[in-house]
Amino acid sequence: MRDSLLQSQPSIRPMRVLVVEDDRETAQFLQRSLRESGHTTDIAGDGESGLAMAREGGYDVLIVDRMLPRRDGLSVVQTLRAEGARTPVLILSALSEVDDRVKGLRAGGDDYLTKPYAYTELLARIEALVRRPAPEEQTTRYSVGDLSLDRLSHKVTRAGDPILLQPREFRLLEYLMKHAGQVVTRTMLLENVWDYHFDPQTNVIDVHISRLRGKIDKGFAKPLLHTVRGAGYMIRDGAD
Amino acid sequence: MTALTRLLSSTPFRLTLAYMGAFVLAAGLVVGFVAWRANDLLTNKVIETLEAEVTGLREQFQAGGVERLASVIAQRSTQPGSSLYLLVDTAGRKVAGNLNRVPPEFEAAQRGALFNYARAGEEGGRAQRHAVGVSLPVPGGLVLIVGRDIEDLHRFAGTMGQLGLWSIVLLALLGIGAGLAVSRSVLRRIEAVTETSRTIMAGDLSKRIPLDGSGDELDRLSESLNAMLGRIEELMVALREVSNNIAHDLKTPLNRLRNRAEAALRDPDNPASYRDGLVKTIEEADDLIKTFNSLLLIARLEAGAVAESMEPLDPASVIADVAELYEPVAEEAGLRLDVNARKGLTLTANRELVGQAVANLVDNAIKYSVDDAKPEADGATRRSIDISLSRAGDAIEIVVADRGPGVAPQDRERALQRFVRLEKSRSRPGSGLGLSLVAAVARLHGGTIRLEDNAPGLRAVLTLPMRSAPAKEPPSAASELRQPKVAASPTAAD
Repeated sequence: MRDSLLQSQPSIRPMRVLVVEDDRETAQFLQRSLRESGHTTDIAGDGESGLAMAREGGYDVLIVDRMLPRRDGLSVVQTLRAEGARTPVLILSALSEVDDRVKGLRAGGDDYLTKPYAYTELLARIEALVRRPAPEEQTTRYSVGDLSLDRLSHKVTRAGDPILLQPREFRLLEYLMKHAGQVVTRTMLLENVWDYHFDPQTNVIDVHISRLRGKIDKGFAKPLLHTVRGAGYMIRDGAD
Repeated sequence: MTALTRLLSSTPFRLTLAYMGAFVLAAGLVVGFVAWRANDLLTNKVIETLEAEVTGLREQFQAGGVERLASVIAQRSTQPGSSLYLLVDTAGRKVAGNLNRVPPEFEAAQRGALFNYARAGEEGGRAQRHAVGVSLPVPGGLVLIVGRDIEDLHRFAGTMGQLGLWSIVLLALLGIGAGLAVSRSVLRRIEAVTETSRTIMAGDLSKRIPLDGSGDELDRLSESLNAMLGRIEELMVALREVSNNIAHDLKTPLNRLRNRAEAALRDPDNPASYRDGLVKTIEEADDLIKTFNSLLLIARLEAGAVAESMEPLDPASVIADVAELYEPVAEEAGLRLDVNARKGLTLTANRELVGQAVANLVDNAIKYSVDDAKPEADGATRRSIDISLSRAGDAIEIVVADRGPGVAPQDRERALQRFVRLEKSRSRPGSGLGLSLVAAVARLHGGTIRLEDNAPGLRAVLTLPMRSAPAKEPPSAASELRQPKVAASPTAAD
C-alpha cells in the first residue's frame, strides 16, 4: 500500500489561519508547521483577544482551543456565529467525552479535533474546511485527470470507460474527489463516508481504499489515488 | 498495653463500672431510706406503747399515790418481758423497778431518750442492752422512768443493715464480674475488627473480619465492613490491573517508538532510512494516541453521563453499516460476514458507541478467525462470522459469533473480572482494549455483554435494553462482563 512517499502537499491556496490557543508552545508549533505548509498564522493567547482578532476578519479558518483563559473557546465560536461570521472553525479540545463533539459542533464549530492529534490530521482537516464549497457553488461533476464522477447520475468513468462502484465506494470516491489534491485522513473518511467518529482498530479504511484503487487505478499507467504515509490518502493528477 | 489494662480501659468495662457505681449508690440510698423509715416507725410504736403505759401508771398514782405506784411497778417489774421501770426518790435512790439506776442519758433529756442499760443481776457482766424510755416527774419529787428494751429490735436492725451492705457489695462484685465478662467478649470481637483492619493496613487486602453467625449488630457491622472491604479489594485489584495494563499498553509501544527513532538516528547518511524511521515513529505515536484515547473513553463511559447524545435508532442499520465497513477486511482475510438482522427494531442509544461496540466485536472476530489456522477444521463453518440481531424481551441481542479458537471457559470466568486482560491475547495486534470498550458501552446503556461458546469459536452476545435506562445499578448477574480485555486464543503466534 506504499505507492508513494508524498509529503503533505503544500496547499493549492495559501490560507490565513488564526490559532486561538493559550499554550505558547503548541501555538508556535502550529505556526511553524502551518508556515512550512505554506500558510500564514496569527496567534491569540486567550479567548478575548482571539475574538477581537477574529472580528477583524480576513482569516480563512480559525483553530480554537476549547479551554482558554478569559473566554471559553465555545463561547468565542458562539459569539462569532451570532455576529454572522461564517469563517470555518476547527475546535481543538483535550475533552473527548462522547457529548463534547456534539456540543462543539452545536456551538458553531465546523469540525472537532481531540488532543493529542497529529499535525497532518489537523492540516488535512483545516484544508478540507476551507475547501468546503458554499451551497450555491456545489458542483455536480468532479474530475481528476481522466477520472470523472457525476454526482447526479452516480456514474464514474476513467478514460471514458464506465466503472461500476458500490454505493459506499461511490461516496468514498466522491469525498476523495471533492478534496482532490488534499490529504484526507482515515478518520476524516470514516467520519464523512461512514458517519462514525471512532478509530477502527484494524485497517478497515485501507482495505476499502485498496478495493477502490483496484477499480479506478488498476490497469492504468498513472495512479490517481495515492497513499500519504503517516497521514492518509490523496487523489490527484500529477507526477509523483 | 497489657490485656488486663486493655480490658479495664475498654468502653464496655467503663460503662459497666459507671453503671455499677450508680447502681450501688441507688441501692445504698434505698436501703438506707427503708432502714431509716423502719427504725422511725418502730421507735414511734415503742414510744406510743410507753405513753399508753405512762397513762396507766398515772391513773394508778392518782388512785393510790406513791405506794400504789411503787407496788404496781414492783409487781410489773417481776414479770418477764421487755418492759423496764424505775422509780427513784428525790435523792435518786431506787424505790421500785427493774432498772438499777437512772441511765445517764436521762440527765440531759427532758422527756425521753434512748439509753443503754444492764439487766438487773447482770451489771458489769454482760454488754449493755439498748432501750428506749421516757422519764416523768411524779408529784413528791420522785421520778418515774418507763422504758422498753429494744435490744432485739436493735440487733435485728443491725443484722439487716449488715445484710443490706453485704448484698450491695455482692451485687457490685457480681456486676463488675459480669461487666468484665461482657467487656471481654465485646472487646474480643472488636479486637478482631481492629486486628483485621491492621492487617489490611499492612497490605493484606484479602483479610476479612470473622463473623460469629449470631446476626447481632456487631455481626451485621462486620458483615457491612467485610462487604466494604470486598469492594475496596476489587477496586484495588482493578486499579492495579489498570496500571499494569497501562504500563504494558503504553510502555511497549513507547519503547518501540524510541527504538525506531534510535535506529533511524544511527544511520544519518541515508535520508531514506532516516525518513522511514520518522514515518514509522509517527505511526507508532498514532497507535499510542489511539490506545490512550480508548483508555480515556472507557474511563469516561464508566463515569456515565452521555444521556444527551442518546437517540432512537434502528440497530439493524448500525449492524449493516459496521458489516459493510468490515466486509472488505473480512474478505481479504478469507472470511465471510453473514448478517442476519431483524429489521424494524428501535433502540434508544448512542449510535457512535453502539457502532463502535459492534465494530470492536467484529474486529475481534476477524482477528481471531484469521489467526486460527487449524487445517482439520471444516472450511465452510470456520470461514464465516455470523452477526445477528434479534429481540429478546425488552432488549435487543446482537450476537457476533466466530469460528475461531474461542475462549476457554475458565478464561471466560476470568474475563468477567474488570480490567483483566487474558495473557494469551497480549501478543495480538491492537490496543487490547476492544472488549473493554464493548463492556463499557453495554454498561452505559444498561446492557450486558456475555462471552459464550460457539462450539467451536466465540459467541459474543451484546444485550441492550430498547429503552435505555441509566446504568447506575451495580452489576447483578455474575455472568455480566464489565471490563474484560481481548478474548483469549490458544495460538499466541502473531
